[in-house]
Amino acid sequence: MVKKRSRRDGNALMGWLYATPTAVFVALLFALPLLLVLKMSASRWPLLGGDKGLNFPDNYAKAVQNRFFADSLIFTLKYTILATILLIGLGLGLALLVQESSRWRNLLRASFLIPSALGLASASLLFYVLYSPLAGPLAPVMQRLGLSFLGTPNMALGSTLFLIVWRYAGFYMVLMLVGLQGIPAQVHEAALIDGASRWQQFRRVTLPLLRPTLALSTVLCVTGSLLAFEQFYILTKGGPDNSTISVVQLIYTVAFQGQNDLGVAAALSVIGLLALIVINVAQLRAFRSEGS
Amino acid sequence: MRTTVAGVALRMPYWVFTGGLAAIFLFPLGWTAVRSVAPQPGTNQVHGWGFGNYVTLGGYQAGIWRYLANSAFVSLLTVTLTLLISLLGGYAFARFKFPGRNLLFLATLAILMVPYATLLIPLYVLLNNVGLANSLVGVALVLTMFQLPFATFMMRISFEAIPRELDEAAQVDGCSSFALLRRVLLPSVKPGLITVGLFAFLAAWNDFIAPLILINDSDQMTLPLAVANLRGQVQGVVDYGATEAGVVVLALPCTVLFLLLQRHYVRGFMTGALKG
Repeated sequence: MVKKRSRRDGNALMGWLYATPTAVFVALLFALPLLLVLKMSASRWPLLGGDKGLNFPDNYAKAVQNRFFADSLIFTLKYTILATILLIGLGLGLALLVQESSRWRNLLRASFLIPSALGLASASLLFYVLYSPLAGPLAPVMQRLGLSFLGTPNMALGSTLFLIVWRYAGFYMVLMLVGLQGIPAQVHEAALIDGASRWQQFRRVTLPLLRPTLALSTVLCVTGSLLAFEQFYILTKGGPDNSTISVVQLIYTVAFQGQNDLGVAAALSVIGLLALIVINVAQLRAFRSEGS
Repeated sequence: MRTTVAGVALRMPYWVFTGGLAAIFLFPLGWTAVRSVAPQPGTNQVHGWGFGNYVTLGGYQAGIWRYLANSAFVSLLTVTLTLLISLLGGYAFARFKFPGRNLLFLATLAILMVPYATLLIPLYVLLNNVGLANSLVGVALVLTMFQLPFATFMMRISFEAIPRELDEAAQVDGCSSFALLRRVLLPSVKPGLITVGLFAFLAAWNDFIAPLILINDSDQMTLPLAVANLRGQVQGVVDYGATEAGVVVLALPCTVLFLLLQRHYVRGFMTGALKG
């Protein structure tokens, strides 16, 4: 009994020892900044001057009154809804197309997946050149049609969505493939014996069984899209006419470009964090209640 | 049926459709690679084919070699730290019971829930206070922290997949827990380590927003930042050729690694999806 106990204690000590690097990183680079951002959001904190004392709730008031606050919120939500529908739909479509393995389908899979190895910044730079009215491959055609990829708010949004689909569709295809593999073959065979058509099989068998995968992909996609930054910072630069400013871009601008107000940027960050938590909890609830 | 003429004809629309789709995904990369060495007005490669655009890239501010070295340094440090921390952490979470174990694991996963920008603003202040302003080491530390949820999770399930009998046999032989990790368990978790390392490299090599916020000094910029800044170089006139060359240099290591390690890349998604 005594021996057993001392061994278990030794175990606990060794466990802590191995977990110490993780604990140090989580404490210093995650927990501490999280507390600091709360403090900053309640303090006057210019970029160069540092902490100038508490001023709650001024920063939050300024954050909400920012002239791009409402616009960036609406734009980010609109972008998130469109990107999620496109990526989940196309991801599922591509997965169904290459589901069974063959040499040709393996080649297709690799082609769809290669763009997801690139960074979002690299992909945005690549499309910045592709969409250019001077150097892009479609420039002559677009000129004849009198269009420009980034010229109007709607064109800019559509062009950004195309870039995002190109970069991420393969990623969501793989998630869907993993989900599809989890459906036992017998289920499809049973449906076939019962005389179900292909569409009925998809609608009544595949889709319901794929629900956990669809839920996970949707949460991932919504979270990623709400935090969109690089594609707008590099590709559209928020234009034309400030029509494509995302929330994260607004935070960056308030903190480091022009206003240089870390306090207001921190307040915006806290609002963003709370909104994200609410949206994710709501999504998980919705998927769960739909299942029962 | 498959080899008959009728069979081939029947499958033609499928091949054309899927081949067309694949072409859409491959075209942007191929076009950029070709254009980066093709003649083009307004660039350093006006006449004939050649590497003029890469020469422009080489001469930009501190020079491409400096930025490549910066990016390589950040990536290697991030990969090393991520592998080391998640190997030890995964071992601790999978094989030891200690007070605060579940809390620490949940706190590590919670990093995923917090927006990038929410953490980078206080991190900018904190790193400035400890003398890591403008520092590539600071960027690598931050990027490592962002990798920890996936890496720790991946290494924990890698260790949990190894039967415990292996540990017990080694312990009967008088192995210490560290010797057990180094000699017995390490070979078994190697696939997990490759996946974690690959994801950490791709994330660190490609990251844009962390160096954008944490680095002000143009000598310390990483490659994505340098290529993005290069666009507005000469009185707002964009050098598209040099930008194309920059994208090729950025994309090359990622695509090569991806093609070599595709299996491990896909496994990374599978573990995430299975648990979710």
